[in-house]
Amino acid sequence: MPVEVLLKALFILLVVVAGLAPVITWVERKQSAVMQDRIGANRADIAGLTVLGLLHPLADVIKLLTKEDVVPRGANRFMHLIAPVIAAVPAVVAFAVIPYGGIYTFGGYTISLVVANPDWGLLYIFAIGSIATYGTVMAGWSSNNNWSLLGGLRASAQMISYEVTMGLSVVGLFMVFQTLQLQDMVLAQDTTFRVFGFLEHLFRVPVPSVLDWIRLPAWGVFYQPLGFLMFLTTIMAENKRPPFDTPEGESEIIAGFHLEYSGMRFGLFYMSEFIEVVVIAGLIATLFLGGWSVPWLPQATIIGTVSRIFNVEFATGLCAILHFLTFMLKVVVMIWLQMAIRWTLPRFRYDQVMDLCWKILLPLSIANILVTGFVLLLARGNAA
Amino acid sequence: MIPLEHVILLSAVLFGIGVIGVVTRRNLIVILMSIELMFNAVNLAFVGFNRLWPGAPGHNALDGQVFVLMVVTVAAAEVAVGLGIVISMFRNRDSVDVEEVSLLKW
Amino acid sequence: MSAPVVLFYVFAVLAVVSALGMVLNVRNTVAAALSLVVTMVALSAIYVLLEAHLVAAIQVIVYAGAIVVLFLFVVMLLNLRTDAFAPARARLQKLAGALIGVALLAQIVHSSLSLPTPPPVPPGFGGYRQLGVALYTDYVLLVEVASLLLTAAIVGALILAKRKID
Repeated sequence: MPVEVLLKALFILLVVVAGLAPVITWVERKQSAVMQDRIGANRADIAGLTVLGLLHPLADVIKLLTKEDVVPRGANRFMHLIAPVIAAVPAVVAFAVIPYGGIYTFGGYTISLVVANPDWGLLYIFAIGSIATYGTVMAGWSSNNNWSLLGGLRASAQMISYEVTMGLSVVGLFMVFQTLQLQDMVLAQDTTFRVFGFLEHLFRVPVPSVLDWIRLPAWGVFYQPLGFLMFLTTIMAENKRPPFDTPEGESEIIAGFHLEYSGMRFGLFYMSEFIEVVVIAGLIATLFLGGWSVPWLPQATIIGTVSRIFNVEFATGLCAILHFLTFMLKVVVMIWLQMAIRWTLPRFRYDQVMDLCWKILLPLSIANILVTGFVLLLARGNAA
Repeated sequence: MIPLEHVILLSAVLFGIGVIGVVTRRNLIVILMSIELMFNAVNLAFVGFNRLWPGAPGHNALDGQVFVLMVVTVAAAEVAVGLGIVISMFRNRDSVDVEEVSLLKW
Repeated sequence: MSAPVVLFYVFAVLAVVSALGMVLNVRNTVAAALSLVVTMVALSAIYVLLEAHLVAAIQVIVYAGAIVVLFLFVVMLLNLRTDAFAPARARLQKLAGALIGVALLAQIVHSSLSLPTPPPVPPGFGGYRQLGVALYTDYVLLVEVASLLLTAAIVGALILAKRKID
């Protein structure tokens, strides 16, 4: 049992974290180049072979590792050393509850492709996000620099404000799926629902049979569209990605909280931001886009169909691979979306960021909870 | 399994450390943090006693944990107002030293 | 000495050491706040060992993740650097206080040395479902009063921290 957990954790670390995070630096350069009608970075080569700029992450790592590590004079040395670690570890550890595959039985041995599935799975993500605030705050304070202090101040206020709204915007999703476990949420999204079913649930009018066959996959984004938009906004603000990057406002406060960091310590901040992009993509794919489930094809259908040709074990293994690839496809789409948002919108002003959270998103999320509760009460009766 | 006497002892020790912090320190913010530590010690005692008496099977008594949630709520409210006081005190006197707000002392 | 008992002692020692670090750390207010965070996370781990899962999650999310960040925010806003211990007042007073404290501690320890062994915990104990049901059926009045208290606190904090309105 612990061996299984260790293997799953190693798989996530090697494939997703160490595999995707360097690729995302390349994606950022190339996608921004394509969006801005230029070529982007493509000069890094090995023996004259430039592979579309895919060697730039390697060049970045070599450069960051060989740079001099500067600790500013008068800085609190211990905090300055430990702040990037506190910023990076929550980003990596958040993968522990994100399911990248379903529950499969291989001849009596059941494996669930998620590292840990505690009863309060999503609360773990919120707790980890709360701890990640301290890395930024410590970096801002310990650098003995006015600009870093300003960046740390802005970061602390922004991150705790958006944590509140992030929690509230998924409460509607809890009410619909009735669980906090991420694997159970994806299992609940593995099916389809009738688009015109609301006629029967809300207005007590039987659905005409000609419209009965129009079904959509039971994804969170169809049940909670407003929750999806709000969660995407708040978790991007939590990650301090542009357009919410006032803590590292490059044109106002130089580099904000990671100003006095160089070499691999800056590399840790940089990497943690990109790993969190992958975490955000994985979370949104799990909560709102159906996770590892293939739309319109539940797991039982896939295994049943394939096992007519091959045997059940092979069908289950094939289904597992298909589910993992579907999950990675959704993660890639969400990464693309975050990059597109990053390179489209200019940075928000700090009071606009705070206004957006407290004056717009917080009332909207509470209204979302109210409306969701009302609709659920009508649809499910007293069993809601 | 976990010896609950040691849980209560830990709660008492943390409470004592919080009291030392409130009595000894001069910085108002550290005094507020010591009060938070005392709240945490009390929460630990609540959770420990709730573990000792979890109620009958099928009808769990979660009173201790509900109390802890209320204590967390009250602590959050108290921190908000207390930090407001700290900020306005800093604006008036440019310091958060409690030895300086002693005008009404005999 | 099963794993939960060993873990409990590890986290208990960590909590006490970081609490002492918070109280005795005179030179650096931010380090004191971070020691408080370590204490709270250690206590949250002890809550998990005592089967209070939702309370442990809320401890990290609310206490360690928001309240102490607020402390750090105010410390950074006011740019507070160092501190000093309170001046030595009447030694007799302090000695009397310390003796009373030790007597209180001894009384607590003595009266808690005879606690019965805890019964096995029912399934779902401390989970969010049962706690949610308890909060909104038996203790719904507490929830409403807590919301009023928080509204009052928000208004109070706003008025206290606002600059003079001209």
